[in-house]
Amino acid sequence: MLSEEYLKAERSASWREELRKTIKTKDRIQLTRVVMSSVDPKVRSRNYQEVNMGLTAEQAVAEARRCLDCVNPTCITGCPVEINIPKFIKNIERGEFLEAAKTLKETSALPAVCGRVCPQEHQCEKQCFYVQKLNKPSVAIGHLERFAADYERESKNIAIPEIEIANGIKVAVIGSGPAGLSFAGDMAKKGFDVTVYEALHELGGVLRYGIPEFRLPNNIVKIEIEVLAKMGVKFMTNCIIGKTISHEDLLEMGFKGIFVGSGAGLPHFMHIPGENLNGVMSCNEYLTRVNLMDAANPESETPVWRGKNVAVIGGGNTAMDAVRTALRLGAEKAMIVYRRSEEEMPARLEEVHHAKEEGIEFFNLHNPLKYEGDEKGCVKRMLLQRMELGEPDSSGRRRPSPIEGDTVWMDVDQVIVSVGVSPNPLIPSTFKGLEITKWGTIVVNCDTMQSAQHEVYAGGDIVRGGATVILAMGDGRKAAKGMSEALLAK
Amino acid sequence: MNKIVGKEYLSEKIVKLEVEAPLIAKSRRAGHFVIVRIGEKGERIPYTIASSDIEKGTITLVIQLVGKSSQKICELQVGDYITDLVGPLGNATHIEKYGTVVCAGGGVGIAPMLPIIEAMSKAGNKVIAVLAARTKELVILEDQVREFANEVIVTTDDGSYGEKGLITDGVEKIIKREKVDLCVTIGPAVMMKFVALLTEKYKVPTMASLNTIMVDGTGMCGACRVTVAGETKFVCVDGPEFDAHKVDFDEMMIRLKAYK
Repeated sequence: MLSEEYLKAERSASWREELRKTIKTKDRIQLTRVVMSSVDPKVRSRNYQEVNMGLTAEQAVAEARRCLDCVNPTCITGCPVEINIPKFIKNIERGEFLEAAKTLKETSALPAVCGRVCPQEHQCEKQCFYVQKLNKPSVAIGHLERFAADYERESKNIAIPEIEIANGIKVAVIGSGPAGLSFAGDMAKKGFDVTVYEALHELGGVLRYGIPEFRLPNNIVKIEIEVLAKMGVKFMTNCIIGKTISHEDLLEMGFKGIFVGSGAGLPHFMHIPGENLNGVMSCNEYLTRVNLMDAANPESETPVWRGKNVAVIGGGNTAMDAVRTALRLGAEKAMIVYRRSEEEMPARLEEVHHAKEEGIEFFNLHNPLKYEGDEKGCVKRMLLQRMELGEPDSSGRRRPSPIEGDTVWMDVDQVIVSVGVSPNPLIPSTFKGLEITKWGTIVVNCDTMQSAQHEVYAGGDIVRGGATVILAMGDGRKAAKGMSEALLAK
Repeated sequence: MNKIVGKEYLSEKIVKLEVEAPLIAKSRRAGHFVIVRIGEKGERIPYTIASSDIEKGTITLVIQLVGKSSQKICELQVGDYITDLVGPLGNATHIEKYGTVVCAGGGVGIAPMLPIIEAMSKAGNKVIAVLAARTKELVILEDQVREFANEVIVTTDDGSYGEKGLITDGVEKIIKREKVDLCVTIGPAVMMKFVALLTEKYKVPTMASLNTIMVDGTGMCGACRVTVAGETKFVCVDGPEFDAHKVDFDEMMIRLKAYK
């Protein structure tokens, strides 16, 4: 937790006191929230250009003026990595954009990523004074975060966070996704000797193979990882812990602590007839081919299915990513098939909105029952069950149930199944001493992220089973605090 | 980056590569595979490890030239590097003393069979190898197989070497002659299908090692899924070996054509 004294001391810095006086609170709250521009849906749905265009400096400063620099900044409580939000926003207001970026990096290893993919509307922005007390749109914290991080990167003046004197203690990180990178960044700052092991040939985990270029350009992930490398973090790709190197090998190599951030990589299928027809695939397969293997590029040797009538099953962010990718790969009709209604959709509102703008069709309250193929074994149509909503279930969402006898056939030549993922079983099945739940997640102490095996800590989807980038990063930070305290106490 | 330290043509279109990979050489067991990628635009292709040398820190891959990606690998020379190599992947072959084990390898499937023959033999089994190919020059690694197998039967489709006939002819001859406790088969899907049909008839337990389309090879994509005993399995993490009598080979053959 950020201490109250620290926040107070920062807030009473003379520049902030003066800045607060420049505009009266009653005038600040009259300002309207900025709208980030996006590329014309007709244009962007046929290319891979990033959809959101970011804020201009003028827009950012104007938006930063709305922030009241509250005595009690509740927004920070909504941030899993506890960014000092008022400090970075006030730096933007006074035009110190590089200082704003530095503030982000005090606690976040990946600010340009978070500024793009965090569900801020459910986190920091939800806790903003404007929402809590004024019933007005929150300060656009996410947009401002992105602005500061982008400004720094484009200025080529990228600050490397300060590093404590090396303590010579070796720690290993399994997986280079958001949990692992966040952990690695914090441990490097604390002076540890950090090595990150990645199973794939590129770094970034889900940021690289999962989230498409039009939402999170690869180059942004790459540059944020380069900062970690400059902080002394070592990276080893093509290395699968539990296969290439065992748990015991790591201990023999002198690693005193191991952080497991191996994610939830195992895709779910629905186990309905016809699911193994050609043209039916997991969202992981589809997105990995396009994002990691660059399959949409004619020069890439990796092929990808390019359907004309593409159905994506599911209503999460990954489903939106897949269906919008299908459009960009030339689909004439790209649709979401979701068993509940739009209200229950787990995808971010912004993603659903963007998808609609681009012409994605939504078949909500529909659930596939089976697929049929042609003589070559390729999917050609699917039978959908129409659904209705009943009472709320354990997730608090209204439970969908089939409307007896109400089914409809739909022609499709590609189906992408995006109905959830499970933790990757590699670490749970090869590491000794871990406690594993029936869902395959690793049990940890939720304050320190330490597992039942004392030197092993874990965080992100391997613990949560399928959550967000920022929650994974929050876990990485917590684990870094827990592990460093334990190791330095020895 | 992994350096190629040895290259040998086993036939006109089958290349044996010895590649530096000390960590994999140490941790791999019979039945494991690796994923290989050549060049920044290359695709990820699975290959079973044929053998390894822990002291030299190398593994051996046997690659048949069938398409663009395998051609790129086959064109590499000693001293060149493989861009990406990751493994060992999959589950190792379950090795124990069964009694008499028939190892039926077809074509380039003889290469991944080699470490299984060796391990089965070292576990005290009587190993009878059936090596099958279209024609004489495609029968590979016969000498290495003879080192560990108690008996080797070679069949060729055209009769140019060994006995004229299919792999199933060789396997059936043994089953009719003596009690077989286990059959292991590796080769083209259609070949494994017919071996499985034959051994099922004679109630000989049979394992097939499947080679399907994969992307990551670690359970992430599901491109490799097959139906075994009515359930969907991932070859990369649940296999690559399965009870051959329960594998839906017809579905597997269709899925292998997904990108053709």
